[in-house]
Amino acid sequence: MRKATKAEAITQEESWNLRLYVVGQTPKSVAAIANLKKFCAEHLGNQYTIEIIDVAANPKIARRDQIVAIPTLVRKLPVPMRKIIGDLSNTERVLVSFDMRPRTEASS
Amino acid sequence: MPPRSTSAAELAKCPTGIAGLDEITGGGLPRGRPTLICGGPGCGKTLFGIEFLVRGVSQGEPGVFVAFEERPEELAQNVTSLGFDLQRLQRQKKLFVEYMHIERGEIDETGEYDLDALFFRLGDAIDTVGAKRVVLDTLETLFSGFSNDAILRSELRRLFRWLKDRGVTAVITAERGDGVLTRQGLEEYVSDCVILLDHRMSDQVATRRLRVVKYRGTSHGTNEYPFLIDKDGIDVLPITSIGLSHHASTERVASGISDLDEMLAGGIYRGSTALISGTAGAGKSSIAAHFARASCDRGERCVMFAYEESPQQIARNMKSIGIDLNAHIRSGMLQCIAARPTTFGLEMHLATIHKAIRKHSPRMLIVDPITNFFSIASPKEVKGMLMRLVDFLKAEQITAVFTSLTQGGSALEATEAGISSLIDTWLLLRDIESNGERNRTMYVLKSRGTAHSNQMREFVLSKAGIRLIEPYLGVEGVLTGSSRLAQEAKETAATIQKRDETTRKRRAIERRTKEIEAQIATLRLEMAAESDELDRLLASDSDRERMESEDLAIMAASRKSSAKSAARPRHGKREGFAP
Repeated sequence: MRKATKAEAITQEESWNLRLYVVGQTPKSVAAIANLKKFCAEHLGNQYTIEIIDVAANPKIARRDQIVAIPTLVRKLPVPMRKIIGDLSNTERVLVSFDMRPRTEASS
Repeated sequence: MPPRSTSAAELAKCPTGIAGLDEITGGGLPRGRPTLICGGPGCGKTLFGIEFLVRGVSQGEPGVFVAFEERPEELAQNVTSLGFDLQRLQRQKKLFVEYMHIERGEIDETGEYDLDALFFRLGDAIDTVGAKRVVLDTLETLFSGFSNDAILRSELRRLFRWLKDRGVTAVITAERGDGVLTRQGLEEYVSDCVILLDHRMSDQVATRRLRVVKYRGTSHGTNEYPFLIDKDGIDVLPITSIGLSHHASTERVASGISDLDEMLAGGIYRGSTALISGTAGAGKSSIAAHFARASCDRGERCVMFAYEESPQQIARNMKSIGIDLNAHIRSGMLQCIAARPTTFGLEMHLATIHKAIRKHSPRMLIVDPITNFFSIASPKEVKGMLMRLVDFLKAEQITAVFTSLTQGGSALEATEAGISSLIDTWLLLRDIESNGERNRTMYVLKSRGTAHSNQMREFVLSKAGIRLIEPYLGVEGVLTGSSRLAQEAKETAATIQKRDETTRKRRAIERRTKEIEAQIATLRLEMAAESDELDRLLASDSDRERMESEDLAIMAASRKSSAKSAARPRHGKREGFAP
């Protein structure tokens, strides 16, 4: 399942490459997919690709990316690679993780 | 251990293949259940896990190793020295190394999550090789990778249940915490079997120990067992006092010194324990070497533990008394293992001996000397260790010869009084000092079940080995060395002197007898002469009387006188015969 969506606000010039690991249609996975789409639409404009991988069907890919928790979002590009685990319900935390917000602000 | 029945009451066991462990646990780890291995850093947890898998492969059970800490390459490298080729096993699809690396720095958490990916990856790994065994090393690393303890704990609980459902026999390693078995309290989740590994220092000597803390549904050894990690992997020593139910052989094992065998009514019993004790230079090692050679000559392998000399030195020294140990060492009949006693702790020594016995399966074991153990442990500990060793040797029907160095001056028997009860045959060597020389003597202090000699025998170390000398037993007691020789010479001289005297006396008597006989002969001759004279005189007397009477008759006839006048001249004639 691949998806590229255009949005108005472009924060960075380069294209984002995101990969989301989920398991089937579990509530956490479903929530993570929805939250990710919403986040991308709001913050990444059209410069991104999302790849959703079902670990139940593709455990070997999960092994390559050293995935342990579900759901896990991996930002392959831009470097450095980052991983966010959880259902991505807290958008602020996601922004902080992706260095789109200063860390001090989030912790306060 | 006989294979256990699969009745509902009893647990199925999974033999680990780790030497000694299966004996302690009565067959292995609980099959299809997780086992917790905990211990401090460097105590051998990871190695335990790897060996569990490698042995499993050789038993036809493939395995999965989940490494949370070490990279697969590092892991493979670390165990190459132990002879485990992980990469080969991986290529053969007998082993799967699943590296689970959690880099805290690159992970952020937001919202709900679980560890489903771990389950799927592990499930995939298990399916890939058809694993029956799984090792998780070290699971607790997860706690530093995730910040939500509550999620982690419920996921671990789920993991252990999942492992049970998959029917794999799992080993989970965990770091030991302060005062608790594991830092994260994993023992709470793994309740079937918990094994504690320990690496302890005592008197600057490190000893590894293993203890089965818990084993639900089975009886198990509760002691701390020493274990070794060497080039063959882990070696647990289930040496405890097995009890006194061992077989008692009636076969005699010769010492290689014929006179000594005679003193012992044929030698020592097979599987019995002999102690040779004596002061320095009394000849303990030499007698032990005879035992070794005799064993090898019989075609029975012998293992010799030397705590004072190197094998080369022993071989050289024994050659000087005509015992060529080198040939036996070369042929592999004799294994000479030398080490300083202070190199390891007592348990390690026991472990090393045990291992050597398992490796070489000898019929005879020589430890020269056991007294060196007293320098690294208390007499009580040494006695405990020797008891376990002797019990083990008896169970294996291995004849043992120990030597013991006794201190000069102190009561010899007192030193080893503690271990006397373990010893079946006790040979005491004593140096007797007199007349400016030292002489070696030996006697049998005790020999269970043997009508042994109570004679104290002198012996010498000659180029042809040990030779016992016929005992000198005289009115002046047992003598040795030159005083024995002197006494013997003295006795010989005395005997010769006595014999000479007797001869002289006999000759004198003979001479006197002859003299007397001669005298008797002379007297007989004299007597004969006298008797002849008498006869002659009597004869002449009667002649004369007859003539006189005839003359008288003639004269009477001529004178015609009476008979009265004729009597007077006859009387006168008789007076003339008086002496």
